[in-house]
Amino acid sequence: MLFRTVRELVILAEKEGKKISHIMIEQEMKVTKMSRQEIIERMEKNFQVMESSVEKGLKGVTSRSGLTGGDAVLLQEYLKKGKHLSGGFILDAVSKAMATNEVNAAMGMICATPTAGSAGVVPGTLFAVKEKLNPTREQMIEFLFTAGAFGFVVANNASISGASGGCQAEIGSASGMAAAAIVEMAGGTPSQSAEAMAITLKNMLGLVCDPVAGLVEVPCVKRNAMGAANAMVAADMALAGIKSRIPCDEVIEAMFRVGQMMPSALKETAQGGLAVTPTGKKLEREIFGKPQKK
Amino acid sequence: MKFRSVFDIIGPVMIGPSSSHTAGAARIGRVARTIFGRKPNWAKIHLYGSFAETYRGHGTDVAIVGGLLDFDTYDERLVQSLELAEQMGLEVEFFEEDTVMDHPNTVKIRIGDQRGELEVVGVSIGGGKIEIDEINGFKLKLTGEHPAIIVLNNDRFGCIAGVASTLAKNHINIGHMQVSRKEKGKLALMVLETDENVEESILEEISSLPNILQVARIVE
Repeated sequence: MLFRTVRELVILAEKEGKKISHIMIEQEMKVTKMSRQEIIERMEKNFQVMESSVEKGLKGVTSRSGLTGGDAVLLQEYLKKGKHLSGGFILDAVSKAMATNEVNAAMGMICATPTAGSAGVVPGTLFAVKEKLNPTREQMIEFLFTAGAFGFVVANNASISGASGGCQAEIGSASGMAAAAIVEMAGGTPSQSAEAMAITLKNMLGLVCDPVAGLVEVPCVKRNAMGAANAMVAADMALAGIKSRIPCDEVIEAMFRVGQMMPSALKETAQGGLAVTPTGKKLEREIFGKPQKK
Repeated sequence: MKFRSVFDIIGPVMIGPSSSHTAGAARIGRVARTIFGRKPNWAKIHLYGSFAETYRGHGTDVAIVGGLLDFDTYDERLVQSLELAEQMGLEVEFFEEDTVMDHPNTVKIRIGDQRGELEVVGVSIGGGKIEIDEINGFKLKLTGEHPAIIVLNNDRFGCIAGVASTLAKNHINIGHMQVSRKEKGKLALMVLETDENVEESILEEISSLPNILQVARIVE
């Protein structure tokens, strides 16, 4: 294993003068014994799935429950009017993140990044930033390896599942991964990637996983939306030279501990938070005809 | 380290909506099917923790049954697996359990037909990754990511050596191995993860060794 922490990853990349994505590819070669070519081709396939799920979502989909769908389209139409207040690239990322999660909620095909419930953030930001930075196809694949490298550290040192760490572990991790990858694509340094991840994750600490009716829809789709926005802003902050006072690895550790302290009612069991609001319960009854067993 | 590959993080490609509750669940079902070695006629599926609370919403039930029908996580037939199971003669029953397990996303699958039965306890640990924790009551750890053979034998000397030397003779390297038993001298189970797929003929060779009762395999 070439790295186990963000610190080790950054030191290695800066010492060898390599991009984080390249370190990730090297580690993958070492662990899986696959060739560089095979690894890149495999990531290329994931990239294609992400691209088509964004496209599909931007055409408009609706989930079986009817709870989600169509918001990605609404935001794109609004953007076209040119009257938006926040940045166009942010809103484009938000729309594309929602597109992916709307497809996911509709039992469509997606690529989990790192999970299905958080699958919108990384492709959402990637396909938005693409419009601004005009990256090569190679750079877009690298974006996914960089995101993967940071996710790898979180998964091994904390958690990426809502059931064990709450939403902070899922969409929080996805947003941190995206922020770090945006920084690399924009030409930032490995340590700026780490700062972006730290800034993002700090702002998602404590976020609970409270899906209405237990479905990966409400509030998941909109949390992916704001996760994408969070990642874009944090990437800009890091590129501006702003640093996180708490190092990235310690933020990850804090996230893990917060997740351990979180009651199970707020970890994907649909027993707390938005899931048990009067409207949340009402929606649950409407969808399943009766409340699910508690 | 639980996660070894970047594709555990960027991936899998799957049918939504949940990597742990849909993709992971489908994988557990599929490993159970693979160990069983054929389509079962019936399945009794016991759901624990978050699986029990939210399975309808996440399509966990649909996914496990899809796995039992040998569908992969990205197979678009997954969505119709409950209907397909009925057509294909697989009778399915679900049980919501109250027992608190170590991990919130746990399922116990019992499957069978006229020829036999199998019980598997699987855990979906996040991001679509799984662990099989128990087979027919024997504690073990199996990820289903590598080729493997699972051997049920009488707990006697020489069984392990016999299996290992059969593999060696066929140039198959063992990556990880685990033995488990409930009681000394009764039944034992061994799990061997291998670098190469174990061919049917080698499986037959192992089955014919003394004190070997049953052999199953997972192929890549």
